[in-house]
Amino acid sequence: MSEASAAKNMATPEVTPDKKPNRKSDKKPNKFIKFLNSKKVAPWVFVSPFIISFLVLTLYPAIQAIIMSFQSVLPGQVTFIGWGNYERLLNPTFFRALQNTSVYVVLTVLVLTIIPIILAVLLDSKVVKFKTIFRASLFVPSLTSVIVAGTIFRMMFGESDVAVANQIVAFIGLDPIEWRYNSWSAMFLMVILCSWRWMGVNILYFLAALQNIPRELYESAEIDGANVFQKFFYVTLPRLKPIIIFVVTISIINGFRMFEESFVFWETSSPGNIGLTVIGYVYQQGIQQNDMGFGAAIGVVLMLIIFVVSFIQLLVTGAFKRGD
Amino acid sequence: MRKKNNTMLKWIINLGFVFISFVALFPVLGLIVSSFRPSSELIRNGMSLTFDISNMNLDNYTYIFTQAASYWEWYGNSLIISGLTIILSLLLSAMVGYALAVYDFKGKNVIFLLVLFIIMVPFEILMLPLYKLMISMQLIDTYLAVILPLIVAPVAVFFFRQYAVGLPKELMDAARIDGSTEYGIFFRIMMPLMMPSFAAMAILQGLLSWNNFLWPLLVLRSNEMFTLPVGLATLLTPYGNNYDVLIAGSVMTIIPIVLLFIFFQRYFVSGLTVGGVKG
Repeated sequence: MSEASAAKNMATPEVTPDKKPNRKSDKKPNKFIKFLNSKKVAPWVFVSPFIISFLVLTLYPAIQAIIMSFQSVLPGQVTFIGWGNYERLLNPTFFRALQNTSVYVVLTVLVLTIIPIILAVLLDSKVVKFKTIFRASLFVPSLTSVIVAGTIFRMMFGESDVAVANQIVAFIGLDPIEWRYNSWSAMFLMVILCSWRWMGVNILYFLAALQNIPRELYESAEIDGANVFQKFFYVTLPRLKPIIIFVVTISIINGFRMFEESFVFWETSSPGNIGLTVIGYVYQQGIQQNDMGFGAAIGVVLMLIIFVVSFIQLLVTGAFKRGD
Repeated sequence: MRKKNNTMLKWIINLGFVFISFVALFPVLGLIVSSFRPSSELIRNGMSLTFDISNMNLDNYTYIFTQAASYWEWYGNSLIISGLTIILSLLLSAMVGYALAVYDFKGKNVIFLLVLFIIMVPFEILMLPLYKLMISMQLIDTYLAVILPLIVAPVAVFFFRQYAVGLPKELMDAARIDGSTEYGIFFRIMMPLMMPSFAAMAILQGLLSWNNFLWPLLVLRSNEMFTLPVGLATLLTPYGNNYDVLIAGSVMTIIPIVLLFIFFQRYFVSGLTVGGVKG
């Protein structure tokens, strides 16, 4: 701030209300400051934080990740081992992690797109009273961190038969469930934790988009005799398409990078790897086992998968057609 | 007949929303109620619908305020790290976003595309090489290591850019005629005009760094450097008898976020919804 004002004072030649360009006449200001202040250089000064951070914190690590994935990285001893790390990926643990992550992605994408759309449409209609209260309460979970939310869910889905979840299960007339020790319930725990935290946010996305749909469209549809469902499928959904694509895209990316939702339930090792995710495997191998080359290879494969899946998704939904 | 059906349906939908809101709020309420219960019960039974109200007391809070020194170290670390992250990342991201919006220069579009591209690249992929970099720079176990990767946030750059596109450029020319430098224009004229976007991004960056887990878990080694999520996670072990700190401590981690929410309520939604990119 003070630098900027100093620069300003130097560049200001007394009072110059005349409109002629007066830059030539004042030679007093420091050449360097003048250089920095030129319209060609200033933008680059402004974007320099991004360029530096891109080079150091994105490009360099990305290249490093690829290089490391072909190396055996031991402290003080790095050797090139070709495709060795990638060949080691063909093991049941990695496939289990990949399977868990994929199932998780599919389930969270479905749950976190379909339900928020329906709830948002209802919240946007005249049917629901006290909209602000409902919207606010659905939004509260997103204020918690995964660790705090996970702590709560871990206690709610405790093994004892007096924990909330098992009390409900007993009420329905079923036997208590050991939530953290079955394959299906492990997946259920992760999906429900994520859905609980994100539902409100996705509802907000859809609500914002719904408010941009012109009312006349509904009116003319009504004149044509469309019923509620026809209006939903022929007016609302097509108009929501861009935001649906957006929500699906970020849900896919967030799903593939999931780690914390698993960590809070089982820390780093779950029985039979029922809670292991791909990033969890990166952590286990790269950090805990200190096998960074192998960890990097897992990351590279995951990156490729994310690119391919996102690309297919955008292609299928026709996001490229309009040039965005 | 038809009208009657409609009112019935309305009632069902509204009751449905009451139920859904209850489900959304229940875990948070459950946490708050549990924080007043004896931790031994929680370890044994988890969170239960049936419990003895006469058993409720302030013991967990008394303990955390008098005995749990390390919890407050974590709290302080989290406050410092989040504060620094908000200040630095807002300033730097705003500069970049602003320049991308108001100037015409070669390479501008390339940079903007790069910003969009990086939003799509999950941080976790770059985590191991970055971790190695932090080791070689001897930054392990420092605040700087936690903050660095968040310092220029592509999402925030994108948001600031979108906001700055709408700024009145005539003001810039007027300021230039008055002899203001390009930097003076940004800091004195444009930045104040961008304040609403700063509020939204403060919320986004605040939430991100306050709740950040995996990266701090990697680069922070010693207990007194832990942030709240990392510290609390160490208490999640099944053998631990630290549920008093864990539960009461969890309740208190939400407080700064709630304060942020109350102060910046108007900007909260936009801040959170652009943040969808990061879980």
